[in-house]
Amino acid sequence: MAVMATEAPQRASDEARPAPSPQRRTRRRRRPIQWAGYIFLLPWFLGMLFTIVPFGASLYLGFTDYDLLTPPSWVGLENFIELFRDPRVGQSLIVTFTYTLVSVPLSLIAALGVALALNRGLRGLPLYRAVYYLPSLLGGSVAIVMLWRQIFGTRGIVNTFLGWFGIDGPAWVSDPSTALSVLIILNVWTFGAPMVIFLASLRQVPTMYYEAAAVDGATRWRQFRSITLPLISPIIFFNLVLATIGTLQTFTQGYVLSNGSGGPAGSTLFYNLNLYIEGFSRFNMGYASAMAWLLLVIIAAFTAVNFIAQKYWVYYEN
Amino acid sequence: MAIPTTTATPTAARALTRRQRSRRDSGDLDPGPVDAQDTAQRRFLRHVILCGVALLMMYPLLWMLSSSVKPDANIFTEQGLWPSEWRFENYADGWNSLQHPFGHYIVNSAIVVSLSIVGTVVSSALAAYAFARLEFPGRRFFFGLALITLMLPGHVLLIPQYIIFSELGWLNTYLPLVVPNFLASNAFFIFLMVQFMRALPKELDDAARIDGCGPFRIFFQIIAPLCVPAFATTAIFTFISTWNEFFSPLIYITDPNLYTVPLALRQFMDAEGQSAWGPMFAMSVVSLLPIVAFFIMGQKYLVKGIATTGLK
Repeated sequence: MAVMATEAPQRASDEARPAPSPQRRTRRRRRPIQWAGYIFLLPWFLGMLFTIVPFGASLYLGFTDYDLLTPPSWVGLENFIELFRDPRVGQSLIVTFTYTLVSVPLSLIAALGVALALNRGLRGLPLYRAVYYLPSLLGGSVAIVMLWRQIFGTRGIVNTFLGWFGIDGPAWVSDPSTALSVLIILNVWTFGAPMVIFLASLRQVPTMYYEAAAVDGATRWRQFRSITLPLISPIIFFNLVLATIGTLQTFTQGYVLSNGSGGPAGSTLFYNLNLYIEGFSRFNMGYASAMAWLLLVIIAAFTAVNFIAQKYWVYYEN
Repeated sequence: MAIPTTTATPTAARALTRRQRSRRDSGDLDPGPVDAQDTAQRRFLRHVILCGVALLMMYPLLWMLSSSVKPDANIFTEQGLWPSEWRFENYADGWNSLQHPFGHYIVNSAIVVSLSIVGTVVSSALAAYAFARLEFPGRRFFFGLALITLMLPGHVLLIPQYIIFSELGWLNTYLPLVVPNFLASNAFFIFLMVQFMRALPKELDDAARIDGCGPFRIFFQIIAPLCVPAFATTAIFTFISTWNEFFSPLIYITDPNLYTVPLALRQFMDAEGQSAWGPMFAMSVVSLLPIVAFFIMGQKYLVKGIATTGLK
């Protein structure tokens, strides 16, 4: 422990500025080790070839017409112009944005709420945490989406339950107005991953703040608003960015629920599902590449908005 | 977390140490700060609410489990979770109702998953060691590059990668699913291991170097054994994500002989007309069992991994 404590600052300064005596370091350390670094990185360098080359190639393909069989032919901005005219692209953007804007806040609120409830000297914490966390491990699997299809089926368990209260439930999955909400509920159900992160961050808040606030007569709500929320706002921000990027790329849920079609009436046509259909069913590889680049821009824009907005609500201690 | 000695009553002190002992034994996060304003009623109420929500969370899974042993006719009509009539044959029927016995697809998935784990752990550890401990020109630049790839959505690379793999003749093989793992393609795990290795005292390397060890021996004999917790986290996360992976196999594997578990499972839905719900749920349960088993075994690492780094 003592070793690590003295080690950390020394290493930090090591990183921050060049070593005070470069010549001696070169002679003593860098020489024999220099090549070793590249050897250790060899697999990663090869992997970067499989990243950087496709990255450039995908931009190039975005400007071409390509069906995998005949060589790509240059069409200039045509694909990108078409993106803005294509009603299916518009539809898939609406589906994806709706899904993101509804399910991300809901799942983060659920995650924070449960984390707060679990963060109070509670018996059986590991058990609760396991139960709440398990769905987020299973949620992405085909089995769970298939299960969801049955639960929300016309005569599924949800409608049976609603029937007890005399409510005639909709045909959730086959009704365009409710199909997406089935997947939103599925996404909110998997709030366990951000919950665990919240739980860890709540432990970092010093208890003396609460003790002092309690002495001053602050209510629970006041303590939450004035102590907890500001101190964990960086973690909320972190979870928000991660969840947004993740949900914008949803694929499996829409594919399995709609049997690959994005239906009914395009109500579960996620952007990536649409991209898959264009590229791998219709073999419009050039158009699909242009779609991928639009998604990249959208994700960057969402992330940028998050980063700009954080100035107004995220509190950093230093 | 100071232990009160003189002011605390004997009971309080004993309670505290007992809690600490159990905490130490379970190797778990502590149960959280004890709240002075917490009354017994409040605590009880909180447990009731938490239990209720927990039941709601578990209900779909329990329903799946119970449906997997019910006759088809009862699945949607019977309201209770406890089957009035048990039909364990669902498991045998589901196992045999696809083109191959379900075990065939489990073996396929196991091949892909185990190779992916080995590849990810080895290649990420090598790269992480270089970034964390070795000095060479361009180290900071390359590490920055690795972090940038973290932010790149996979679908941008998808189509060119598909073309490359198809040109290489890799379609309908496991190579496109496995090889990228051997090339440290997921920078997240590099980052996780770099963070872990940076926390190890640098004196270890220095001492070994003085004893005449080269960087390879230092890595394999000193650093790698100490990084086992980071490797375990990586292995568990790789297991779960590869086991669940649907998209890549969907694109690269069209031969039903090579289907992995998620692709096989989806076939139950293509044959919907016959409505073999029981067998379908039975195989769904089977497909989730490995994840649940890994979750139970690796909960400690999983929670630590996710709490410190935040992966879905």
